[in-house]
Amino acid sequence: MNTRKLVYVFLPLVAISILILIISWKNAKVKPSNTIANAGLTLPAGFEAIAIAENLGRARHLTITPQNDIYVHLEGLKNGKGIFVLHESNGKATIKASLANFGGTGIAIKNGYLYASNDKAVYRYKLNDQNEVINPNTPETVVSGLLSRRTHEAKAICLDNEGNLYVNIGAYSNICSEFDHDKKGCPILDSAGGIWQFKTDKINQHYADGIRYAGGLRNVVGLSWNDQANQLFVMQHGRDELHNLFPKLYTQHQSAELPAECMFALKKGDNAGWPYVYYDWIQNKNMLGPEYGGDGIKAADPKYINPVAAYPGHYAPNDLLFYTGTQFPEKYKNGAFIAFHGSWNRAPEPQAGYCIVFQPFKNGMPDGKWEVFANGFAGGPEKTSPNSAEHRPCGLAQGPDGSLYVADDQKGTLYKITYKN
Amino acid sequence: MPLLKYPILIFFFILGLNFKLQAQTKTKTNSKPSKSGLKSSIRRGKVVYMNVCLACHMADGNGVPTMNPPLIKTSYVLGDKTALIKIVLNGFSEDVEINGQKFSNNMTPHSDLTDIQIADVLTYVRKSFGNNASAIKPPEVKKVRPVKKI
Repeated sequence: MNTRKLVYVFLPLVAISILILIISWKNAKVKPSNTIANAGLTLPAGFEAIAIAENLGRARHLTITPQNDIYVHLEGLKNGKGIFVLHESNGKATIKASLANFGGTGIAIKNGYLYASNDKAVYRYKLNDQNEVINPNTPETVVSGLLSRRTHEAKAICLDNEGNLYVNIGAYSNICSEFDHDKKGCPILDSAGGIWQFKTDKINQHYADGIRYAGGLRNVVGLSWNDQANQLFVMQHGRDELHNLFPKLYTQHQSAELPAECMFALKKGDNAGWPYVYYDWIQNKNMLGPEYGGDGIKAADPKYINPVAAYPGHYAPNDLLFYTGTQFPEKYKNGAFIAFHGSWNRAPEPQAGYCIVFQPFKNGMPDGKWEVFANGFAGGPEKTSPNSAEHRPCGLAQGPDGSLYVADDQKGTLYKITYKN
Repeated sequence: MPLLKYPILIFFFILGLNFKLQAQTKTKTNSKPSKSGLKSSIRRGKVVYMNVCLACHMADGNGVPTMNPPLIKTSYVLGDKTALIKIVLNGFSEDVEINGQKFSNNMTPHSDLTDIQIADVLTYVRKSFGNNASAIKPPEVKKVRPVKKI
């Protein structure tokens, strides 16, 4: 056998072995850490990402103090605690303290207090002048008795500049069909499916003390106060199962893309129309829902507000952040970052989302087309599903130096995204 | 590099898929050949599954973490037939805990499906995804379904 033949025989074998090695190495990387460029994320030119902490658990929302302390709220408890405090320096965040015997989603700092929610209540902790919690074992109860019926139970929170606390009370249903058999009107809207407003200068409020600030919102996890517009903005998780429930009206593909995930700018008393309407981002039209006589063509009653921006179906917007820093280029200033947790209700079509989107703003309103800002959390197209995604973006926060932080509730990685150019 | 990576991944993905398909056909052929009725029930059940169940429980029966329960080796699927038939007919909105995980989404009732469709799809589910429980027959569904008042 001459050497040339040997090469012909063995070269493909060697090549395949190397490929298998590379692939197994890729799959074996449990810790993306910083051995991979940008911690595995793809970003616009000039941006860099690093993983500053890993394996935190189901990290939901987070907030950062001027002293670079990061408060992360976990879904469920880790080592008996639901809030972890990390301090970041030189691209590494180390755990400094932990508190709260409750897990949950919402967390925010305002006027010397740390606010945090579980599925039924909002608590607060007094902070010292270094924004550290003074009495970690004795939080005050701001509101209790919040309605929580399993579905859409997470209570995201937001504070305005006038002493108000906003809490979403998700509708405990996909489209209310199990409660509204005769289509006379969804009976759960008085107590769910909206944003409730409470006071921050009163403790021990009950659910019933709150004002139903805006309704007809199926479920909101990302909400934020926009200082320019002086207005509450929310991201709605749109309804599921258009094709499954109405196979004659919607194809599987339409059902994957529709309805839009909507951004609403709310005023007190607004009604966004769930479950009667949904927004079609392809036709740019608010539609009458099929449960209430819609057919994919009929428009919604104009008494329901339109979204100010719309995104593809089932992306699952889990956080909303208005960027006020100066580190990023000018176009990002006062624009919105949205953490899309990623879809499940696009099957059998491929799942999508699992990314951070940037929505340009002008004068406190969306202005121009959204773009994917950070992608790659799932770890590749073949891993883009709730069961196999490596990471899922869930929370957003802005650091004191204008960096953007992302919390992942799949593996508990914290990402820091900076602009270098 | 990313360009190079994908054909390889796709190659292995297809390879994996092949294995999976082979495994699936194997389990099918395992069912006793005399029972051609069972085979066609599973075949019809798979169609129902794809049209009605897949959107939430996924093609592999794994469901969606924290939202839609898996259908693999759980007592809900493998256990009491009457209880399982009732879930399909009436939907499901109770607390579910499987392997320490809770699931939050409610299931829509599917009483619009015929007795045969429900028997087929449940037989498919009880014989797929690594499950191997007995088949469900249409009369068993009929017995559980409430009589319609006209």
